[in-house]
Amino acid sequence: MVGGYAGKFLDIDLSEEKIRKVSFPEDVLRQYIGGRGLGARILWDRLGSRWEEVDPLGPENLFLALTGPLTGYFHGARICITGKSPQNNGIIGSTVSGEFPIELKCAGWDGVIVSGKAEEPVYILIDDDRVEIRDAKHLWGKDAKTTLKTLTKEVKEELDSRHSRYGILKEPSMIYIGPAGENLVRAAAVEQKWSHAAGYGGYGAVMGSKNLKAIVAKGTGPLPQVANIEELKKLISEYEKIAFSRDRIRRWGTGYTSYEVGSQRSSEPVRNWQEEWHDEKAIGGDRFDLRYWVKRYWGDYGCAVTCMKLAVVKAGPYKGAITDNPDYELQAYLGPNLGIFDAGSIIYLSSLMEDLGYSGINGGNILAFAAELYQRGILTKEDLDGLELRWGDVEAFAELARRIATRDGTYFDILAEGTYRAALKISELKGVDVLPYAVQVKGVEVGAHGIRSGKDYTRDICYACSVQGGDHTSTVRDAYSDMAMVFADSAVYCAVIRWGGNLNGLDWRFLRAVTGWDITEEEWNRELGHRIIHIQRAAELLGGPDVRWKPPRDDDNPPRFYEPLPSGPYKGSAPTRSEIAKRRREYYDAIGWDENGIPRSDVLKRLGLPDVDKALEKIR
Amino acid sequence: MAGVEKKIWISRDFLKCTGCRRCEIACTLHHENRIWPEASRIRVFMLVPGVEIPHLCVQCTDYPCVESCPFNALSVDERTSAVLVDREKCTGCGSCIEACPGRIPHIHPRDGYALICDLCGGEPKCVEACVNAGYYALRVVREGPSVSHNLFARRPEDLTRDVAENLYGEKAEELI
Repeated sequence: MVGGYAGKFLDIDLSEEKIRKVSFPEDVLRQYIGGRGLGARILWDRLGSRWEEVDPLGPENLFLALTGPLTGYFHGARICITGKSPQNNGIIGSTVSGEFPIELKCAGWDGVIVSGKAEEPVYILIDDDRVEIRDAKHLWGKDAKTTLKTLTKEVKEELDSRHSRYGILKEPSMIYIGPAGENLVRAAAVEQKWSHAAGYGGYGAVMGSKNLKAIVAKGTGPLPQVANIEELKKLISEYEKIAFSRDRIRRWGTGYTSYEVGSQRSSEPVRNWQEEWHDEKAIGGDRFDLRYWVKRYWGDYGCAVTCMKLAVVKAGPYKGAITDNPDYELQAYLGPNLGIFDAGSIIYLSSLMEDLGYSGINGGNILAFAAELYQRGILTKEDLDGLELRWGDVEAFAELARRIATRDGTYFDILAEGTYRAALKISELKGVDVLPYAVQVKGVEVGAHGIRSGKDYTRDICYACSVQGGDHTSTVRDAYSDMAMVFADSAVYCAVIRWGGNLNGLDWRFLRAVTGWDITEEEWNRELGHRIIHIQRAAELLGGPDVRWKPPRDDDNPPRFYEPLPSGPYKGSAPTRSEIAKRRREYYDAIGWDENGIPRSDVLKRLGLPDVDKALEKIR
Repeated sequence: MAGVEKKIWISRDFLKCTGCRRCEIACTLHHENRIWPEASRIRVFMLVPGVEIPHLCVQCTDYPCVESCPFNALSVDERTSAVLVDREKCTGCGSCIEACPGRIPHIHPRDGYALICDLCGGEPKCVEACVNAGYYALRVVREGPSVSHNLFARRPEDLTRDVAENLYGEKAEELI
């Protein structure tokens, strides 16, 4: 077997209660690597011919949790969650940190492919070679912390007695959903540990649609053999030297950036992006750090950066709230974006969103969208069962989140469909066009980095033309700018280290040491990475059954991003539509899409994707 | 040099443990020449997220594990104070696990012998990994044996309960 791979994947049909083992030939692995890339290939092979008919929340969809060859070797273990996305009806690769992928690989599996739907709530238990589908009725409806506690305890006790001759084993690890996923909320996250979520894509809802509460894994074996262990040891030291030199990301994580992004870059969502500037020192990193951080360095398996910090509220009305930093995204989306400028309140709302299994980014966007409609008198107190959604009202937003996560009431049920779908429905019900207030791209709520000031890393078409929609981690500038992230999401490791500067090819040397493959960055950028993008694009364009995107119209920014910034040092700044149209054309040309944004036949044939080419004929 | 304490002890500060588990990676790269979490002589338990518990031999002053071995497979390294396991003699019977108040020894998942920290002969790799990162959850101390060291030989769930309360206060009760 190629180094870094366990060599087999679990293929579980919940309808038939069948558990099979599948493997992929080396040339497929070499081309698609793992995670996001291999996931796109598997989805296309199995569902591509009838993509438009596949309901993302129906039993025919697949739920994939895939590692990659670098998972566990390159610092910062992650797993990539994918499937047909209930947000953009294409394919989104969404990664989440934690020990689950380590346990999975040590159990001898590279990933899990789940199809069908269980009759009643279940979880999957992977104990090395022994794999079972188990009753999870007692966990259904339970929040994140209760789910994690209950399953960790009961599974660990059982595994310890099953393997008693080994002494005690470390606890198993799991991916799981909260109530939002169970209730098919389209921004439901797949979670690990606490405050670790794969939010983009809405795959928590896909798990929920399959009646799948969790996948729990325990592996007693080693990580797979690698091609060159001595070289790997050297690379680990080299990586650590780079990591240890980056003090800011290590000491503060992104926990200090909410003040900076708002006050200096003017690119932070404030009250549903009505502004992107604030100068509120009350949400400075020091306010989180000094009062709430009980661990200033917190990380996942193998991490040398430990950008996470453990935050606990120990006094006051939000006593007992626990989360990570929170990171910048949640600070922004559950803070200024809701008109909240208080560290403790933001920790409380982050903790709550995680308990609900509701993506803090995507969900935070939806909460603010609803609040803006309330501000404008489009949604009323009556619509919201008496809830008054005033900016800055922490308890009102907490209640809104709970009601959406449980789809408890007419408008809460509508908001559970996500910003884009809710906007369509509310426009229809109210007879007012509310799409101008929906800050999303092709069904995916955008990350907390605006484009209007031009001072952040996010610019012009970075979301508009990305196959990951609003995802702030994998944005585009030109045909090559997102290739490094496509690689990180496919080899599946945490790319936080990249943000501190260039790695000088270290990741490619890791790939060689682990797999033995001689893939160069150039080959990846020109060929392998683009294949993945084109498959994701084809799936996104085919879409269906409930939405279908029409580029170039839908390869665009949310209308709000064309409104000049109303405040701050970059007041008046915004891109023009003609500027964006030009950048979009340039991107299409560079990546190999035609004037309607459809991957060109010659490009697909050159890359060896005739099946994708054929499927796109019907929309050309 | 006469009078210099050669015997070492790995002090552990659970509140400083980041959960990065680079200690496990360093341990198994050294002993197994690969990465193998359950074959690590130091294992970080995380029964509750945020409460990460590095679990490894404390070199009790009375060495109950050594006493308990029916096959004389365990001995004490006089130089470092580590418990050494003779892989030829060890049958993996588990007596040492039962004898340890913290159930710290465990059996190698493939090779079937007892895994106990050998202090890497005096320069423990796990400590190096932790100190290099600046965490100091693990440190080497050279102050000689102490019965207070014995107190760290506790089960992961008991250590978790204490550390959880330290971190989470009253809330800890709900989380365990």
